[in-house]
Amino acid sequence: MSAVMIDRRIPGRPARRRPPQLGGYVTMLFATVVLGLPLVWLLLASLKTPEELYQVPLAWLPGSPSLDNYAQAAGAIPLGRLLANSIGLTVVGAGLKVALGLACAYALVFLDFPFKKLVFGLVIATLMIPPQITIIPNYTLVASLGWLNTYQGILVPGLASAFGTFLFRQHFLTLPSSILEAAELDGAGHWRKLWRFVVPMSTPTLAAVALVSVVTEWNDYLWPFLVVDHADKMTLPVGLTLLQNTDGMSNWGVLLAATVVVTLPILLVFLILQRRLVAGLTAGAVTG
Amino acid sequence: MTTVVTPRPSGPPDAPSARAGTPPGRPSAPRTRPRSRLGARRRRNALLWALLLAGPNVLLILVFVYRPLLQSLYLSTLQWNLGSPSARFVGFGNYAEWFAAPTTGRIVTTTLVFTVATVGGAMVLGLGLALLLNRRLRGRGVARTVAFAPYVLSGFAVGILWLFMFDPRYGLVQEVLGWVGLGSPAWYTDRPWPLVMVTVVYLWKNLGYVALIYLAGLQAVPQDLRDAAALDGASSARTLRSIVLPLLTPTTFFLLVTMMLASLQSFDIIKAMTQGGPLGSTTTLMYSIYEESFVNGRAGYASAVATVLFLVLLAVTAVQMRYVQRKVHYA
Repeated sequence: MSAVMIDRRIPGRPARRRPPQLGGYVTMLFATVVLGLPLVWLLLASLKTPEELYQVPLAWLPGSPSLDNYAQAAGAIPLGRLLANSIGLTVVGAGLKVALGLACAYALVFLDFPFKKLVFGLVIATLMIPPQITIIPNYTLVASLGWLNTYQGILVPGLASAFGTFLFRQHFLTLPSSILEAAELDGAGHWRKLWRFVVPMSTPTLAAVALVSVVTEWNDYLWPFLVVDHADKMTLPVGLTLLQNTDGMSNWGVLLAATVVVTLPILLVFLILQRRLVAGLTAGAVTG
Repeated sequence: MTTVVTPRPSGPPDAPSARAGTPPGRPSAPRTRPRSRLGARRRRNALLWALLLAGPNVLLILVFVYRPLLQSLYLSTLQWNLGSPSARFVGFGNYAEWFAAPTTGRIVTTTLVFTVATVGGAMVLGLGLALLLNRRLRGRGVARTVAFAPYVLSGFAVGILWLFMFDPRYGLVQEVLGWVGLGSPAWYTDRPWPLVMVTVVYLWKNLGYVALIYLAGLQAVPQDLRDAAALDGASSARTLRSIVLPLLTPTTFFLLVTMMLASLQSFDIIKAMTQGGPLGSTTTLMYSIYEESFVNGRAGYASAVATVLFLVLLAVTAVQMRYVQRKVHYA
């Protein structure tokens, strides 16, 4: 990649090669275009007419961008309802996951109770159990409860928080114990200690766990796909399957418009809250 | 740990720090009556709070993780169809059937090829991208954002998007191949192209994650070590091989295991793009579990396949734990 070498050696100093910057820029630009183009292409395609989509020298830009494909997608599947389902399930699911993880980690760090080590081991070991192996028994349980095609059927089996508990615990162990002991001396009970001291000192971890949960809940596919087959209870990715099956690949514009609806919200969350989200998604590496 | 020496009205002086408390239920020294009664109340109070705070999560874990784990092992010994009221105990029959099935060889090979290609590809390309982004280039923040973005998107949606990209007649991929004088392979239909297609998409989605983890590892490599190597006249390739890569071993190992576990469990992209086909050429172990249980309804048999997958994943994890415990940094 060293097409051009810019020699910036300071005369009189030992040879210290500078990296060839121009080659670096060219490679970076190339990588960015290759990695970014599919998403740009998706957005553009969703605004094209069928003629433009099936034009043989490819039409790069839509002649007159229109939202026809979106309207048609909304006609084929209840897109608004799916969006509402996805938002609702993501918000409730992520909120409950954060709460469960936070409370569990508080107990594991700040409370003394019998079999604490066992409980901790039990929670952490679930990180190593692939959800796939639990799917058939969980499906039969949910079916026997009459929870197929219900929100609780989608939500409840995935609520257990191992990752969140783990991250919160790691963070709680770093909190200055003097503050919490002082709070205790002032007569603060556990409830007050949790809300007035621990939670305010844990906002970065809270944000990371919440955002990771939002992303996983929003994108979760296999479980909601198995549990729901009524369109009015579907989440967006499952609705996309429905659209793929009904419209097939005969109508790319419509399918791609729905794909934009699935991906754009989480893409915006990512762009706005990038640093916190990335911190959460890469948190495992620090401990690994 | 700070020791508070102020007189404490309630509880024994050695108890309150929860992190290193005395074993519950055993007072360390004889105490006056009111104090020990307060201590007991305190412990009961802690137990109640523990039940209240940790209870819900532990209950959910027991019901939706451990119960199904055990039940799945049991189901794997039954000849049982999903939703059927009757089941027959067959012992290891399902496992024997799996080992003897004509499709098993193909499924294992596909899983192996897919895993090696996705993990290997993501590691090599991710490291390259990380090395690039570790240089002081303007705009590298934008590049990092663009590279990481696919990782947060729905796998199913990404699959649909790329199915369109790969369209042999109207897709962007055939257009780009045309620029360099290549025709488009029959991505959807001719082996091995469907598997190649799924692999490419998986790489695109996960590359940014690998690059970001490597980037964090690279930033921990001390600059003076590189400077010293440069002063000694080492080429940048030599510095990479002799200094940077050895220091990155823990990161490499972590990524290797994480990516292997993720790749072995991947489902959405395959479901969106090929449904395991054509002619089963993209059916991985994970996909075959879905197919056997929810398409063919053979839940007992599928549970046996799930157990096989579980054992594979467990083996990968076990290797990781051994390796991490030895704390190998310089391989």
